[in-house]
Amino acid sequence: MNQRISMMYAARILFIAISLLWLAGCSSTPEQKEPEIPAMHPVEDVVRPDVNYVVDVYDPWEPMNRRIYNFNTHFDRYVFLPVVRGYEFITPDVVEDSVSNFFSNIGEIENFINSALQLKPRATATAFFRFAMNSTFGVLGLFDPATDLMGTPEWDEDFGQTLGHYGVGDGPFVVLPILGPSNARDTTGLVADGLMFSAIDPLNFDSNDDVEVPYYLLQAIDTRHRTKFRYWETGSPFEYELVRLLYGKYRQLQIAK
Amino acid sequence: MKARSSLWVLFGLLISACAWAGTENYTFPIKDPFAATVVGTPRDVAAEPKPLRGANVRNFTVQVFEDREKPDVFWYDRGLRTAVAYQDHKAPLIFLIAGTGASFDSPKNRGMARAFYKKGFHVAAISSSTHPNFIVSASTSKLPGHIVDDSRDIYRVMELMMEEMGDRIEVSEYHVAGYSLGGAQAAFVSKLDEEKRVFNFKKVLMINPPVSLYNSVNILDRMLEENIPGGVDKFDAFVDRLMDAFTEVYTTVDHVEFNDEFLYTVYRHRPPKDDEPLAALIGTSFRISSANMVFTSDVMTNAGYIVPKNRVLSRGESLTGFSKVAHRITFLQYFDELLYPYYKSKQPGLEREELLDQLSLRSIEDYLRNSDKIYVMHNADDLILQKGEIDFFTEVFGSRAKIYPFGGHCGNMDYEVNVDHMLGLFADAGAGQ
Repeated sequence: MNQRISMMYAARILFIAISLLWLAGCSSTPEQKEPEIPAMHPVEDVVRPDVNYVVDVYDPWEPMNRRIYNFNTHFDRYVFLPVVRGYEFITPDVVEDSVSNFFSNIGEIENFINSALQLKPRATATAFFRFAMNSTFGVLGLFDPATDLMGTPEWDEDFGQTLGHYGVGDGPFVVLPILGPSNARDTTGLVADGLMFSAIDPLNFDSNDDVEVPYYLLQAIDTRHRTKFRYWETGSPFEYELVRLLYGKYRQLQIAK
Repeated sequence: MKARSSLWVLFGLLISACAWAGTENYTFPIKDPFAATVVGTPRDVAAEPKPLRGANVRNFTVQVFEDREKPDVFWYDRGLRTAVAYQDHKAPLIFLIAGTGASFDSPKNRGMARAFYKKGFHVAAISSSTHPNFIVSASTSKLPGHIVDDSRDIYRVMELMMEEMGDRIEVSEYHVAGYSLGGAQAAFVSKLDEEKRVFNFKKVLMINPPVSLYNSVNILDRMLEENIPGGVDKFDAFVDRLMDAFTEVYTTVDHVEFNDEFLYTVYRHRPPKDDEPLAALIGTSFRISSANMVFTSDVMTNAGYIVPKNRVLSRGESLTGFSKVAHRITFLQYFDELLYPYYKSKQPGLEREELLDQLSLRSIEDYLRNSDKIYVMHNADDLILQKGEIDFFTEVFGSRAKIYPFGGHCGNMDYEVNVDHMLGLFADAGAGQ
């Protein structure tokens, strides 16, 4: 009962924090004081309709996406990264690695299902082998002997890749709150993978629901801990365009494998 | 007169022979200058491929202009980002200046920082004055490219960094090093230090610097323009072919990861038939840096260059159109259309050639020739040098120049042999181990 109240309290604080960050991420249209004078190299003159620009990615929701991108920057700065730094400070490196291994091992279920759905025997076998080895010799996935001792690193597959494998296009580019760049296909995949995970329920959350929230929180922290990307540290004023482009290209490679 | 000049030539040759000595058995694994420039030093022969565990590193921002107004579109910029790795005892400190477009924590700066830190130095890393963060937060003119003025800005940043570190570190003596443009700037920073005497640099190391900025940016501009089949308008097809190569390697080679080794892996498994795509990649990388710089300078100075003059960009606005234009502007256009007019307005009557001459190591040739503390490490096949420019270093620096037969532009910086030589130059720096 007590726990429930503190959970609600925490949820409320989180809600307020997110709303504030959202507002901070909003663009108040700045005032323009002087009359505009055309540029020396105006976009209208330089950009030609008969040229395909690599930077063009289908992005009909761009204003919204940019707003979420900026929100994510704030969330990263004031919530996510401080929490991750706290986690890194109090947790020994060995434990951090074990936490990462644990979540990777659970992730082998997703790799297995999606490799099987794509009828990829080697990828399916890899996921099965890794899950079997790391769950046993790797002490419930806390260690990764499959990579370290047996030379079988992870073969990443997800439902977004499965859809791509069967010819589903990217769809519109999407920036997801907190999670970052995606597209319509991969967001669908994300939801599908989540549903599959709940259906299989490998950690039996159904009968011990009090571990479910800590599990997802720790997973979020671990994921951020492993992700080297930091908003606006590419140095590019066109970072949004860059991330949008590279995300698509990276997924294209992943799907091809 | 004639006899004297031929004597000079002979003297130059002798000195070249000295600079070349000991490099006959140079075993850097990538002999092609284009490939070396693109893929860099392979991990297995790099001096310090991994981050040092347990190093004390302080990341902080420096506020150079307290009252500078930042346009809303750069809302995320909170001051010049820098880092200092410091020893817990009195030690020499080395400043590292990054190359064109690169940040203080660029892979090349990191490689050097690890080597020096391990050797017992404090290391202070600085972004290039052409990096957008530097333009927004630390550039006086907000129009980088003038090496003398940029070096003055860098010098000020160095002072502020030391102020910020305060009692946290004890410095026995100061050194400065830089690569590429940062290498040339190291020399100008050192020259400025002769007047200001804040640091009294003991040693200065220039790694793969340009001789003439103009010549080097000209070469780099053309690398993109001349190596995309069908011209820059067909850049998309070039990227598609590149993706095909990546895909082929990624799907057929086991255990390929996206890290600093990825390009090397691709190169090993699918070496291009000629240097054209590699040259195009080098040109692309330079163009991206220059596009970032041009756009940032344009907005910061309200120059009306790509963005209409007086337009106030909001933080949620699409920049895609501007990015298309920015990536079509050559560095030389930037020079002729923004930089030169700016300096001409400050110094009426300034000729274009005059400005170009100021942006060259030749303008401080006497200083370089007579200053024993300045060293250079370079490669005979460096792509940013015009034919014959490499001789400038052998002739002016004499035995203080070390010229490797290959390595391209900065490709061999992390190579064990190079790092050993680099640290050897600082061997008598009192690094308390």
